[in-house]
Amino acid sequence: MLRHLARRAAGFAVTFLLISVLVFCMMEIVPGDPASAMLGTSATPETLAALRAQMGLDAPAVVRYLRWLGGLASGNLGISYTYGVPVGSLILERLAVTLPLTGLAVLLAIGIALPLGVTAASRPGGVADGAATLYAQAGIAVPNFWIGLLLIMTVALGLGLLPAGGFPGWGDPVAALRALLLPALALAIPQSAVLTRVTRASVVEVMNEDFVRTARAKGASVSRALWRHAVPNALVPVITMLGLQISFLIGGAVLVENVFTLPGMGRLAWQALAQRDLIVIQNVVMVFATVVIVVNLGVDLLYTVVDPRLRRRA
Amino acid sequence: MTVLALRARRAWRPGSVTLLVGGVLTAFLVAVALTSLVWTPEDPARMRILQKLKGPLVSGLLGTDHLGRDVASMLMRGAFNSLTVAFAAVAVGAVLGTLAGVAAAARAGFDAVLMRICDALFALPPILSAIMLGALLGPGALTAIIAIGVFMIPVFARVTRGAALQIWARDYIMAARMAGKGTARITLEHVLPNIAGQIIVQVTIQLAMAILTEAGLSFLGLGLPPPAPTWGRMLAEAQTYLLQAPHLALAPGLAIAAAVLGLNLLGDGLAARLDPRRRQAS
Amino acid sequence: MLAIRNLSIAFPGPDGPVRVVDDVSVAVQRGESLGIVGESGSGKSMLSLATIGLLPKSARAAGEILLEGRDILAASERELRGIRGRRIGMIFQEPMTALNPAMTAGQQIAEGIRLHRAVGRAEARAEALRLLDRVRIPDPARRIDSYPHEMSGGQRQRVGIAIALALKPDLLIADEPTTALDVTVQKEILDILDELVADLGLSLILISHDLGVIARSTDRTLVMCRGRAVEEGPTEAVLRRPTAQYTRDLIAALPRRARAGLGGETAGGEPRRVAGGGR
Repeated sequence: MLRHLARRAAGFAVTFLLISVLVFCMMEIVPGDPASAMLGTSATPETLAALRAQMGLDAPAVVRYLRWLGGLASGNLGISYTYGVPVGSLILERLAVTLPLTGLAVLLAIGIALPLGVTAASRPGGVADGAATLYAQAGIAVPNFWIGLLLIMTVALGLGLLPAGGFPGWGDPVAALRALLLPALALAIPQSAVLTRVTRASVVEVMNEDFVRTARAKGASVSRALWRHAVPNALVPVITMLGLQISFLIGGAVLVENVFTLPGMGRLAWQALAQRDLIVIQNVVMVFATVVIVVNLGVDLLYTVVDPRLRRRA
Repeated sequence: MTVLALRARRAWRPGSVTLLVGGVLTAFLVAVALTSLVWTPEDPARMRILQKLKGPLVSGLLGTDHLGRDVASMLMRGAFNSLTVAFAAVAVGAVLGTLAGVAAAARAGFDAVLMRICDALFALPPILSAIMLGALLGPGALTAIIAIGVFMIPVFARVTRGAALQIWARDYIMAARMAGKGTARITLEHVLPNIAGQIIVQVTIQLAMAILTEAGLSFLGLGLPPPAPTWGRMLAEAQTYLLQAPHLALAPGLAIAAAVLGLNLLGDGLAARLDPRRRQAS
Repeated sequence: MLAIRNLSIAFPGPDGPVRVVDDVSVAVQRGESLGIVGESGSGKSMLSLATIGLLPKSARAAGEILLEGRDILAASERELRGIRGRRIGMIFQEPMTALNPAMTAGQQIAEGIRLHRAVGRAEARAEALRLLDRVRIPDPARRIDSYPHEMSGGQRQRVGIAIALALKPDLLIADEPTTALDVTVQKEILDILDELVADLGLSLILISHDLGVIARSTDRTLVMCRGRAVEEGPTEAVLRRPTAQYTRDLIAALPRRARAGLGGETAGGEPRRVAGGGR
């Protein structure tokens, strides 16, 4: 178990370093640098050179890369020139919107997919199965930002039930959650469609296992055999899919935050591009990528919780 | 035994219905996209301010947008633009990913390195790569194609590697080795032909993903620049008129959904026919 | 106590229904053990699944399965749930797959107890521990918290027996309980089974393709071939003086040593338990 963990952690570190090199090189070949962006085109070469030296931009690339890695560890990532605040605190502030948003979306997606997929699997070919299959196909096909637009059109503007955009801050948790509900739903629906499909397929397979029959032979009802015996043994593929979907979820967050004008990481990245705030782009991308690999590490640990057979494997 | 035989018989042609529906939808999409090159009801870029924000059938089949452009014509040309970017991106992902996948399967030495790189690429959602690339190249077709295509490399690499490893375990590969064939030749002559079905299935499904992502990128303004109409930008522009002109938000969204649904169904139907693993499972 | 009358089971097939059990009648008295023997595919397992009302959905059954006068085939799902586990216990062939990999042995035994009796968690666990001791699992206090993958095949099958006997049912159905096990383990499992059946005064239906197992543990034997009952009678008589050609073929197909065993010894060369006498 420990060795397994150590191996995973090493893999995590390698992936992290690879991404950081990739991101750093990408931003390195982008024409212009933060200093020239700050001063604009009218700056004299002398003032530009002075600012570069002051910002440490005149150092060799390798030195700057290592400094950046250090900054990622300590949170000292430099100053955003458009916002005039440290990038580290800017990102933390925005994560306080994006992480709850995506977390809520995952919960909603599981909350939709698990009952739907399991009900569909309990009678393959039945009415519920047909409905779930239809939902899965349709849900995978619709873009999350379009669902966002439709929700704004109907629930927010049409019925006036929930806010159409903006974020009041966590000072008022109820208002904050209300502001996150529709965007989270927009993110969750395509996710839940994918998960419904995987859940259904996995539970159908497990329902054919002998131990489900053993449970029924003990006198367990169909629903008990389903939820207590089949579902826990069907979760591994579902969790795998959750892990694979995290990339899509984050991409979706960028879009949905822009639809609902939420001050999250995605909107930050998009605005930073419009303003060519390279430091912000570089670090937002790196933080997002880190979230993806951390989630995948977490998924790996979750396997051992769900399946006792994986617990004591080296 | 009897039950199994029965199931096999009933699933005599697996995925027939999905294949048909998916095929028809996809054929329609391609036909519309190609037609738009030679004919659209109106010039999709022509603005007629006096005709702005007209509803469906009031002006043209699907109404007009805030600049008086014909929505149906924009959708048609949008289909072409969307498909072009999607095809190009999937081509990048499929070619590079398949190469990486067969190489990883053929040489254990490549395997660890390539799969690690794939993990790293997979951790960069295409929208984020597009934002970085946007800073480098500016928004445009190339940015969208590279961003989507690069993300698809690991997707294709994993599928191909898995399938190729299964082929490498077969007896006839051993026979080919005994006959003195090299790794590259075995890959070309035995591995690739045997996994082609699975790659085709993946291409179809990833085309659907690419259309979705392209729509997202153009929604953010990272796709084809104006005046080229794209489904994503049509939706972005519709945001301002959600209540005044809901058709502006509905039409492009439905177009995206129909295109993605068609390709997904086609992929599922093909998978039931071509993919040996799924063929056994169904 | 159990009477099967004119039972037929059919599955829909491409060329009309396929009968896997065809007009079989057999009865088991209280305390009696019935062996059902036949090759795989002869309908033995479908017969046993029908007895606890767990036939696959596509199956169609005709006839009667009377458990003390109540027809199982006509019983409601609710009634059946009361019968399964409490009146009829069932042991399955594959101890590898018949246990839930995500639950401990103790949880799986306790589940049946708590489904039928209003007892608390702790009491059910204590009962599960007693049962594990009863099926002679080494170190039951530790094994109660073991998952199936941490146990050997023999241990798993003992857990299977404990599950089946947790509520002291009137009838135990064992479907090829030793087929998947090593020869030495087979004997241990059969010993435990025989002992428990005798102690608890259970009726037993033992399904096997192994005539040695049938000879050793049953009073009466039903021989099935392609869904039909071809011969039925006291085990000793059936095996020593088979009347049906099919039974003769089955016996003739055995290795000589095992064939000799049917007369006075079991397949393993152990002294044969006197079958049919004294009960």
